[in-house]
Amino acid sequence: MRVKNALVRGPGDSFVEVFSTLTVSVFALCCLLPFAYVFFVSFMPYTEYLENPLKVIPSKFDLTAYRQMLGYKLIQSGYQVSVFTTVVGTILSVFLLVISGYPLSKTNLKGHRFFIYMVLFTMFFNGGMIPNYILIRNLGLQNTVWALIIPGCINSFNLILMKNYIKSTVPETLEEAAKIDGANDIRILFSIVTPLLKPAIATMTVFCSVGYWNNYFSAMLYLQDRKLWPLTLVLRELVVENTSAVSPVTQMLTSTHRSHPFTLKMAAIIVTITPILIVYPFMQRYFVKGISLGSVKE
Amino acid sequence: MRAIPSFEIGELRRQLKYFSNNKYLYLLLLPCVIYYIIFNYMPMYGLIIAFKDFRFSKGILGSPWCGLENFKYLFGLKDFYRVFGNSLTLSLLRLVFFFPVPIILALMLNEIPFLRYKRLLQTVIYLPYFISWVVIGGILVNLLSPSWGIINSLIKALGGEPVFFLGSDKYFRVIALISYIWKQAGWDTIIYLAAITSINPELYEAATIDGASRTQRIWHITLAGIKPTIIILLLLSIGNIMNNGFEQIYILQNSSNLQVSEVFETYTYKLGMVNGRLSFATTVGLFSSVVGFILLMIANWIAKLMGEEGIF
Repeated sequence: MRVKNALVRGPGDSFVEVFSTLTVSVFALCCLLPFAYVFFVSFMPYTEYLENPLKVIPSKFDLTAYRQMLGYKLIQSGYQVSVFTTVVGTILSVFLLVISGYPLSKTNLKGHRFFIYMVLFTMFFNGGMIPNYILIRNLGLQNTVWALIIPGCINSFNLILMKNYIKSTVPETLEEAAKIDGANDIRILFSIVTPLLKPAIATMTVFCSVGYWNNYFSAMLYLQDRKLWPLTLVLRELVVENTSAVSPVTQMLTSTHRSHPFTLKMAAIIVTITPILIVYPFMQRYFVKGISLGSVKE
Repeated sequence: MRAIPSFEIGELRRQLKYFSNNKYLYLLLLPCVIYYIIFNYMPMYGLIIAFKDFRFSKGILGSPWCGLENFKYLFGLKDFYRVFGNSLTLSLLRLVFFFPVPIILALMLNEIPFLRYKRLLQTVIYLPYFISWVVIGGILVNLLSPSWGIINSLIKALGGEPVFFLGSDKYFRVIALISYIWKQAGWDTIIYLAAITSINPELYEAATIDGASRTQRIWHITLAGIKPTIIILLLLSIGNIMNNGFEQIYILQNSSNLQVSEVFETYTYKLGMVNGRLSFATTVGLFSSVVGFILLMIANWIAKLMGEEGIF
């Protein structure tokens, strides 16, 4: 086939290939540039920035901004909250996805359709912001880290993905054999099915952990106590909000003249995204596989 | 006393036996069902406060009904039409300018002959999806800042006047659109690429033999092959017209671009969480979800009329 293809290759083929490669390369470059800029500027010594605000690459890597940023109390507590919610939330989410996805994958289970519709309907209609807030308040979860973990720990989209994956990869004969040997469904799930789900579990771990790490909306809605703020919310106050002159953030940003507020802000951004950048190369090979596992369509 | 016919007992026995045989499957599903009832269906029940004058002290049930008062007030409000217009405009801009981008990117990725380089490109363009809107908003706000942003430093160096990009009505929509494409488009190629891999390779071979050019093959085989996926995603985005995504809009919003940046989500948030008008905020939220749901139904129905597979 290769030979035949080569025979009919015309100038159009090369053009399509070159044009595609170039265009996607430019898009990819645009995806990277802002991060590269933020990274370099976060190390820029204050004097260098004042001399030439257009300077992109610093002459030396100055760590003042990082020292200041990591010494900031809310960044420290934010890190703790973010790590805790991400780890606990991800474990809980993935566990729930596995134990719920398994019975949902049994199409001949009585009530199957009902359960599937129960899940699907929430993808298109939901109570929305205020009823959710009232619920969390009534449950006494307001101003606890659990308000960041529990709402949203079963994502309907992920659940359907998991169910489809189980249905398409786990051979029924395997389960039947185990049943004849006297194993019950829970044992079958954990000792036979779960090991087959490794790629899906890896994908879900990626999706859930990134979701927890990046979320700031639930924190804004449910947490008033700043000590409980996750990193994203601390970052929002530091980097985006037009803070009033009296806020502790403005004071920190202006009281010290060792770093420019701009450099400080860029350092805060790098501090926030570093964990994702570190794990990203390891996790990216999973999600490509994971998403193609099953479509959302029921 | 009525005698229970024996066949009913038999049926009941069979049912009981079925449930006892499968009791562990139902047990596994139990946490999920409880979760959906509490965290998805209870808030839907909570929507009735749109028709009430809700007070925390009285609870959802105890608060007095007020009928359609909240809706009447909402429809009489000038702000409401502005917010409605803003939400629609942003969504339509996305539909026209964002929606085709991942399709085009996926088609192009598929034509790249160097496999390792292609994989590298994929890795890079997926990256922004994994970065929080807070970070992206933070980068944008600072890059575009009139006092220290590099874009304005550049303008100043070239002798121009600095522009407060996010502080004006003029640029907000463009910035929101471009940053959305930047964050989302790369990731969205994944679903199209998955669809492309499931196209039968023999089709390409046959077309090549029949003398179809590369572009003809892309158009008639690749694009035609992913058409069902495109339609499903199009339906979903039409159903999402009322949602602009709170996290992005809120982070780019400030008091001077509010005229064009206030959308349903941010409006609901401010009414409910900042001003404490919970019932009225719920009314706004309910209105936008119902309209969104109806739009999805209509889009789905039209797709089926056209002989395509819908979502339901």
